[in-house]
Amino acid sequence: MSGDQILNVDRLSMRFGGIVAVQELSFAAEPKKITALIGPNGAGKTTVFNCITGFYKPSGGTIRLTHDDGRVIALERLNDFRIAKQANVARTFQNIRLFPGMTALENLMVAQHNALMRASGFTLLGLIGAPVYRIAEKRAIELATEWLKRVNLLDRADDAAGNFAYGDQRRLEIARAMCTEPALLCLDEPAAGLNARESAALSELLLSIRDELGTSILLIEHDMSVVMAISDHIVVMDHGLKIAEGTPREVRDDPKVIAAYLGTDEEEAIAVMESGS
Amino acid sequence: MTAIPHETTHASRTAGIAYILKKSLISALVALVLFSLMVGVRTEAGSEGQLTYWTRFGEVAALVAVVFGGSIVIELLRQWIGPNGTDSLVPPAVRSGMSFLGRYLAPALLIFTFLVPVIFYDQRYILDLGILVLTYVMLGWGLNVVVGLAGLLDLGYVAFYAVGAYSYALLATNFGWSFWICLPLAGILAAFWGVLLGFPVLRLRGDYLAIVTLAFGEIIRLVIINWQSLTGGPNGVSSIPRPSFFGIPLDNSDNGLAARLGIEYSPTHRIVFLFYVILALALLTNWVTIRLRRLPIGRAWEALREDEVACRALGINTTTTKLTAFATGAMFGGFAGAFFATRQGFISPESFTFQESALVLAIVVLGGMGSQLGVALAALAMIGGFELFRGLENYRMLVFGMAMVLIMIWRPRGLIGHRAPTVFLTKAHAISSDLVKEGHG
Repeated sequence: MSGDQILNVDRLSMRFGGIVAVQELSFAAEPKKITALIGPNGAGKTTVFNCITGFYKPSGGTIRLTHDDGRVIALERLNDFRIAKQANVARTFQNIRLFPGMTALENLMVAQHNALMRASGFTLLGLIGAPVYRIAEKRAIELATEWLKRVNLLDRADDAAGNFAYGDQRRLEIARAMCTEPALLCLDEPAAGLNARESAALSELLLSIRDELGTSILLIEHDMSVVMAISDHIVVMDHGLKIAEGTPREVRDDPKVIAAYLGTDEEEAIAVMESGS
Repeated sequence: MTAIPHETTHASRTAGIAYILKKSLISALVALVLFSLMVGVRTEAGSEGQLTYWTRFGEVAALVAVVFGGSIVIELLRQWIGPNGTDSLVPPAVRSGMSFLGRYLAPALLIFTFLVPVIFYDQRYILDLGILVLTYVMLGWGLNVVVGLAGLLDLGYVAFYAVGAYSYALLATNFGWSFWICLPLAGILAAFWGVLLGFPVLRLRGDYLAIVTLAFGEIIRLVIINWQSLTGGPNGVSSIPRPSFFGIPLDNSDNGLAARLGIEYSPTHRIVFLFYVILALALLTNWVTIRLRRLPIGRAWEALREDEVACRALGINTTTTKLTAFATGAMFGGFAGAFFATRQGFISPESFTFQESALVLAIVVLGGMGSQLGVALAALAMIGGFELFRGLENYRMLVFGMAMVLIMIWRPRGLIGHRAPTVFLTKAHAISSDLVKEGHG
């Protein structure tokens, strides 16, 4: 069953007191594909994200991550930083969370913390300036440089991340997540606040991550132009439930999806969905 | 085109006057309310125990006028000297001179510090003051790891200073161990207590963290006072052995250093030796901190200060990161404490009050959080400045407090208001402190 699945979410539930944010949600994400999670505001998308990335502990259900080498990890049992460290799941945030007082390069170096920690002999080797660590650090800088090139920020490598324009910060955050060399990249509204040109560049970046590096991507997005253009598979949520699933074309024509987005006035909804494609 | 900006500045200046007057009036009103009760009506018990009172409205009026005038002056000072948007009153030439000065300030200071015992060999007071300043430089650098880099507000740093001091004092007086064996032990013990403090406060942030660390400092002090059988309680520990020069005592005996070198004995030898010991310890602290900043652990500390949630999303174990910050800072505090004990020869709980924690924290904040040079300058200004005002006697605290307030108005982010990147691709640009977070626990 898990042969062509990297992520398998099975009957995932999340309750906050009496409020059911996510109810028995099941979906799967295929490896080397882009899976989008969409739905109206308050549908529970970010809650699902927080469950997958360890910021919330699910009230019920299972989340299984299958690595290339066949390792299967139960994400619901890991918490906090271990999801990123042991399961290689990286994420970005809806409201950008860079380290504003550190340079772009430093941001990408922090992302390689665990690898560098090992190389520095948990600080002791690094403190005495052992060559092992120096080589590792050089390699880390190379990886960071490569990513700065990819997101087109190489000339600003030594500028503080807090000084970057909004679109640049978004791209830098994705680069930072990629520097952890994740198996699954989770993006929470990566196109929020971007203009049309920046959105197009983002789509291109995400496609290159999928095609050139073979990293699986799970994203939440409101910008339909991005979702429809790049997703291989779309899961639609409303009020904590999955209401539809399928390819962009299937989802766009689904009357339940249209109803969820814009009440019952289907004509208007169709207009919106069409305009996004 | 040029007239418009001119007009707007003029308008803002007049608006500024209205604002200043309004603010000063409010201050005067508050002063009136306060002083009319405290000064305006004077009450006293009469000869037969009855209450007599009389009014002193003249004095009240004078005080209110002083407050009104004073707040106008302060507001004007703030507008003229203080940071004024992006405008700066400092011309570019002076500024480039300052940056030139900044580049050579640290090496110059270091060379001067090395030469202090040579220049001021006959002036015991200067040497003692130098040792005191260096002790606080070291404490400031140690606390800087916790507060400046990791962004964890620690109000109980003196606890580790006390642990270090008592570790050395007790080990040396009870077992006769030498200073150089006890020094690392004192550091290790302090680091251990740092981790012990770290565990319960891992989940706390900001004010709550500050309160718990403050309480921790007090607990250590109270334990020292009350555990009489071990620590001697309020009487402290006396006749703590002085440090030796690699086993050679620095005294007037036949096998003392002076006798062996065949020079005349002078008590200054020991003072100069202590000066270089604390200088070496402080430089060790500095070197290790600079080194750690460029290692993954140091970057993780700074990242933790910037955004803890993002750290967790990147797979950084925030628990161990915080604990190592506490332990490292505490270890340096322990070293400084051991030095303090050997220098004084006598320690008691009175040396480890909250005031010390506050002083060290003030040094870190005044220096510019995270800046090594800033902390050193701040320690010099705080300890040296405090001595400078000794002639003013009772007004010393007042003048000192006012100087602090002025500096904070002038340079709200500390003396050195920028952060140096730990790694760079082409060129390291200093990062303005406006972008650098202060951390929130």
